[in-house]
Amino acid sequence: MALALFIIFGVLCVAGALNLLFQRHPINSALSLVVVMMALAVIYWTLGAEFLAAAQVIVYSGAIMVLFTFVIMLLNAGEEERTTGSKAAYFVGIPGVAGIIALLTYIFLHEKAALGYARLGGSLDTATSNISEISRVLFTDLLLPFEVTSILILVAILGAVVLARREQ
Amino acid sequence: MNPNYLWLIPVLPFAGFLINGTLGRKLARPAVAGIALLFTAIPALLVAWLWSTMLSTGALTMSVTSRSWITVPGFHVNFAFAVDHLTLIMLAVVTGVGFLIHIYSAGYMAHEEGYWRFFAYLNLFMFFMLVLVLAANFLLLFVGWEGVGLASYLLIGFYFTKDSAANAGKKAFVVNRIGDFGFLLAMFLIIAHFGSLSFGDVFAAVNAHPAWQGGFLTAIALLLLVGAAGKSAQLPLYVWLPDAMEGPTPVSALIHAATMVTAGVYMVCRTHVIFDRSPLALSVVAIIGAATAIFAATIGMVQHDIKRVLAYSTVSQLGYMFLGCGVAAYSAAVFHLMTHAFFKALLFLAAGSVIHALSGEQDMRLMGGLKKRIPVTYWTMTAGVIAIAGIPPLAGFFSKDEILYRTFAFEANPMLGKLLWAVGLLTAGLTSFYMFRLWYKTFAGEERFDEAHLGQAHAVVHADEHPAGHDEGQDTSHQGHHGVHESPWIMLAPLCILALLSIIGGWIGIPQALGGSNHFEHFLDPVFAATTHAENAVNADQVSHSMELVLAAVSVLVALIGWFVARIFYLKKPGTLGARFGNSALYKLVANKYWVDEAYDATIVQPTVIGSRILLWGFVENVLVNGSGFVSAAITRLFASVTRKMQSGNIRSYAGWLAVGAAIILIAMTASALHIH
Amino acid sequence: MVPIAYYLILAAVLFSIGIGSFLIKRNIITIFMSIELMLNAVNLTFVAFAHQWKLIHGQIFVFFVMVVAAAEAAVGLAIIIAIFRTRQTLNVDNINLMKN
Repeated sequence: MALALFIIFGVLCVAGALNLLFQRHPINSALSLVVVMMALAVIYWTLGAEFLAAAQVIVYSGAIMVLFTFVIMLLNAGEEERTTGSKAAYFVGIPGVAGIIALLTYIFLHEKAALGYARLGGSLDTATSNISEISRVLFTDLLLPFEVTSILILVAILGAVVLARREQ
Repeated sequence: MNPNYLWLIPVLPFAGFLINGTLGRKLARPAVAGIALLFTAIPALLVAWLWSTMLSTGALTMSVTSRSWITVPGFHVNFAFAVDHLTLIMLAVVTGVGFLIHIYSAGYMAHEEGYWRFFAYLNLFMFFMLVLVLAANFLLLFVGWEGVGLASYLLIGFYFTKDSAANAGKKAFVVNRIGDFGFLLAMFLIIAHFGSLSFGDVFAAVNAHPAWQGGFLTAIALLLLVGAAGKSAQLPLYVWLPDAMEGPTPVSALIHAATMVTAGVYMVCRTHVIFDRSPLALSVVAIIGAATAIFAATIGMVQHDIKRVLAYSTVSQLGYMFLGCGVAAYSAAVFHLMTHAFFKALLFLAAGSVIHALSGEQDMRLMGGLKKRIPVTYWTMTAGVIAIAGIPPLAGFFSKDEILYRTFAFEANPMLGKLLWAVGLLTAGLTSFYMFRLWYKTFAGEERFDEAHLGQAHAVVHADEHPAGHDEGQDTSHQGHHGVHESPWIMLAPLCILALLSIIGGWIGIPQALGGSNHFEHFLDPVFAATTHAENAVNADQVSHSMELVLAAVSVLVALIGWFVARIFYLKKPGTLGARFGNSALYKLVANKYWVDEAYDATIVQPTVIGSRILLWGFVENVLVNGSGFVSAAITRLFASVTRKMQSGNIRSYAGWLAVGAAIILIAMTASALHIH
Repeated sequence: MVPIAYYLILAAVLFSIGIGSFLIKRNIITIFMSIELMLNAVNLTFVAFAHQWKLIHGQIFVFFVMVVAAAEAAVGLAIIIAIFRTRQTLNVDNINLMKN
């Protein structure tokens, strides 16, 4: 059953990603990216990262992608036009992508035995739940990065406000 | 004297050079002269101390060696100074005559620009010459050898704004260099055969193998001769010495008469152990010496510039010294070296005094009748002239006669000996002739100079000699002394001392035949007789005294004939020689110095210039050097134009390059990781 | 029981598709979204390895990546809005003031 879950949602991820690639209107790309995020959330849950699955849904799909959608609608972005830009990206990009996929696939399959197996809902069995585990490490060992990231967000807010401000 | 003080003798003049060279421009003239004189006087005193030690103990050898200089496996050489009797003679000549000339220069150069520079260079020269004389190995001698060449170049070209002076300096240096090449090759051969450059080692090795004759020793000797010929202005490398008269007169006196040019003779005498093993080399030395002597004498006969006459005379007298070396009469050669230093320095300094009196005139055709006007100069120069002519009892007679006698009695090759004696005798006559010609033309007869306009013909020259900065470009001091005037006592005192030495200097070498005991030769016996001479040496005790007397009488006769002939043509009937021979081909040949300079120019200089222009400048410079510059620039430009495409301003292309870069890193990492398995 | 390698392969595929769309697309917002796709693929890799090594730090790193991605998205979109205001185009080929 774990394998079935994986395959369904894995295919969903890839399909959403390909859809992002092939759609011409950005809003379609954004919506397919939301699908990818959701499917990834399920996959995180199968790997035992419940908190992250929830965070993925709330933060990524619920906030970031919504932001993207807002901006697309705000700017009234239309379909992509064909321009006379360089075609070099196609010639380098597609073979390159295929090459990278092939390479990484080869490596990971080569190491398949050494990597081991995933247990469905890995940490549900243990005494501590996933979230308490995360928070224990986050607020003791890694407290400094945590505080720094909060400052980072503050700076990002300021930057966004300044950059997007209409000139008076 | 403690041997450790030996190094002070050369180093003190070097200190004087440094002080005058760096601070001299700011110091007052008396201070500059004072420093130079001080740092020349102290070595002279040290040498006097050495002499006193020698005289009190009867003999002297001393040496001091430093920690090492060059040490490589198989070869090593130190800084080492050594003193023996030959060194003592040379030291006395160099420091003594040098000191006198320094005093003279303080007066002669008093009105010249670059006073500090002159004394700095003069001290530098003293340093190198003393290193040369004190050196105990070939390499240190070579350092001094090159150094005096450098000092000579600097001093010949002292009036550097004059083209002719600068060219003369270059010529001297280049011709010396040719000789130095021979010297270097000789040193390489010595290293190859003996493994050491130290005199002690090399000479001991040669002495320990009596069977070594000729062969490589001849090669070494001939190469050393090339070096000596360059430095001592022998055929065919003499051409620089007449041109070197462009330098100030004290320079001509010190470097090109008394000391530097004698370095070649000194070197041959020092390495006589090698020369003694090669009769061929000795013969070559003798022949070159005699040939040079007569060659230069013929040219000197027809020169008009007073300093040129003296220059050719120097070349000729050096030929005598080489002749002496060539017949293995080394002590005679050194004796002549010493007396020549006295009277030639005297002659040059007196000539300088004459030139100073006439505010720069050097052409003898515009002199005359100076006897009453500058008496001290006149009398001292007379002493010099008589000395060089070889008239007893002045110094030149004893030394020149010793050489001629030993040449005549040359046992190893009597025919050659007699032939060279004849050449030497003829040269002695010519010497007497041209020196008295000089004497009469300068001092006797009617005054051919224009007293009212003295120095004006040379105002242009002086404006060159005294580069900008001197008031109004005119030499007020020379113009200020209207008319002919005697030189100041600072210049006359050295003249008097040298005149005295020219008179009595020969008396320490009076041979037994004439009643003396030949102190000089016995003094140098430890140097020249201690080693095995082989058959080349002439044992002075064995030949007859009567022959010696006869030969001496013949020499004196020839000298007097020369004087007499000069008297006729230059005192009694001036102008007749010129009228009779002035247009003959022979005169033109000699007056043009046998066109040797022109021949060198055509055969050596011009091909080198043209070859350089075509090959070195045209090909190597323009094509190779400039071309490689262009090519590397073009390559860089090409490379840059390719990489410039990366900065297109197009965001997508940046994205593409980013991806490419990431891919390369990824592949590199995986490749290295895969290899580890 | 799913081998961890499959999760990694999935992440690799997502990442590569992200790179591909990053290079091919012309709309700047779409390019931005492909960057988010790439970040997600990396997150998946981290979570997979955290599961394999039984270390929670992998998941914490994902947490931080999400925070940074959010900040970056905010600032980036603000920049895009600013560019749109001046250039009136979202076509990345036309945003070429730095060309030559």
